Amino acid sequence: MQFGIFTVGDVTTDPTTGTTPTEHERIKNTIAIARKVEEVGLDVFATGEHHNPPFVPSSPTTTLAFIAAQTERIILSTSTTLITTNDPVKIAEDYATLQHLTDGRMDLMMGRGNTGPVYPWFGKDIRDGISLAVENYALLRRLWTEDVVTWEGKHRTPLQSFTATPRPLDGIPPFVWHGSIRSPEIAEQAAYYGDGFFHNNIFWPMSHTRQMVQLYRRRFEHYGHGQADQAIVGLGGQVFMRKNSQDAVREFRPYFDNAPVYGHGPSLEDFSRETPLTVGSPQQVIDRYAAMADHVGDYQRQLFLMDHAGLPLETVLEQLEILGGEVVPELRRIAAARRPSHVPDAPTHAARLATSGARDATVHAVDAVTGSMAEEGR
Amino acid sequence: MTRQSIVVVSAGLGQPSSTRLLAERLAAASSDALLEQGQETEVRFVDLRDHAHALADTLLTGFATGDLREALDALYAADGVIAVTPVFQASFSGLFKTFFDVVEDGALKGMPVLLAATAGTARHSLVLEHALRPMFAYLKASSVPTAVFAASEDWGGTTADQGLAGRIEVAAEELAAMVAGTAARAVTDPFADPVPFERLLSGG
Repeated sequence: MQFGIFTVGDVTTDPTTGTTPTEHERIKNTIAIARKVEEVGLDVFATGEHHNPPFVPSSPTTTLAFIAAQTERIILSTSTTLITTNDPVKIAEDYATLQHLTDGRMDLMMGRGNTGPVYPWFGKDIRDGISLAVENYALLRRLWTEDVVTWEGKHRTPLQSFTATPRPLDGIPPFVWHGSIRSPEIAEQAAYYGDGFFHNNIFWPMSHTRQMVQLYRRRFEHYGHGQADQAIVGLGGQVFMRKNSQDAVREFRPYFDNAPVYGHGPSLEDFSRETPLTVGSPQQVIDRYAAMADHVGDYQRQLFLMDHAGLPLETVLEQLEILGGEVVPELRRIAAARRPSHVPDAPTHAARLATSGARDATVHAVDAVTGSMAEEGR
Repeated sequence: MTRQSIVVVSAGLGQPSSTRLLAERLAAASSDALLEQGQETEVRFVDLRDHAHALADTLLTGFATGDLREALDALYAADGVIAVTPVFQASFSGLFKTFFDVVEDGALKGMPVLLAATAGTARHSLVLEHALRPMFAYLKASSVPTAVFAASEDWGGTTADQGLAGRIEVAAEELAAMVAGTAARAVTDPFADPVPFERLLSGG
């Protein structure tokens, strides 16, 4: 099972000190957090994509490539990549490039975004959200699996004899997750392709998460990719830990009470009861998250939101040390003990390469003068 | 004998509340009218005052929990609704609107609804036609033609046909006729019965 973190990348005032990081500080802090993820033995770092303040991550592959250059082991991913408003051609190119730079140490998660005006800002119509997600992803898959694509659709200019470069590393397209909170169409999409399905989970009651995951699992089996319990599921989570649970509650409460999403609404206690937010001792976090599989089945990836609501960098790094040092080793042990052998791990490039074998997928251009391709002259 | 379920949404804040009083009169009259049609009624009162904090939380979090969740589920499953609000600043109360703001899209489609309101003076009575009826039209509910307004003076008024009692009776009979005449509303569950992906791919 993979464990990691996902960041929204919000620039939020620390409510306990009144200080607000600059964008520059927030971006650099994100890198420090990602390096800590590797240092403490976690597996995945994922960044959101946003195109409006107070968020900094508008250019995920730039950031992820920079992190990849400073790490050796962790998988770089997204949470999420906007399949609706980004050009699927550019996604194909950007993430295939990232795949080469990271030697396959990446995957990505498709999402539709959380800000209405992003659609018009990028020339799209929010009422086409699902239709854009469906058509753009169908094109993206073709761009990664077919060397030469001729395509026509509703939402983008047609393509005649187009080759997206670079071709996927070893001829294996990046593994794709689809993230959705409440759209059954997206669970259906993930199931249809046999891709992964990720539920944000945080900020929502488990009944909600379970309903979406069950739909995905049932339809994954329907489309012939394996048994329902072999589908590839990821969940979000949100925790804050101190040795003594009362210290955790006392320290986290001002951040909770003023948080951008749920602040000034339900109490920390109510929200902790109704959603996966767990504020307490490492053991409380272990107990709560070890039980997630009771609700959604054995799953492959658990990402935690650790760096939002104005928490200072030092605190986030401390939290990651507790997560990697005390919590995740225990969660790994519990997950491994309960998981039946026919339930797969989350796909990695290395594992998929071992199954399919390596192949150089490079498409060489035809020389305009000689009519021959570069490799023919070797 | 079939059993119809009526959910009575009351947005009164006072205790005792004349809004709740009107809601009870309408519920009793509707039960009587349904009984005349050979149908028993199960009435559930949803007093929004009890859910005030949960409603504010739901606006911020996007999901309802606990007692409010149960109240909403009962509303969706009802055969008919009686909705009663006090008039505040020339419209329905904010609490009343908040409750219907958190109702899921399409959940009240085709739902028979009896509209009612209370205020200190009858000068507010067209709030029913100018505020409540358009909102329920937007929700695609089926509002009964007679809406019931009770001003303070009505509580001491005549029991003759033109008085409050007469209006309650007419509206209750209209609601009963609509409830009795409406087939069980079809509820589609997109999680149980998703649109097949081939259809999504082909633009359907």
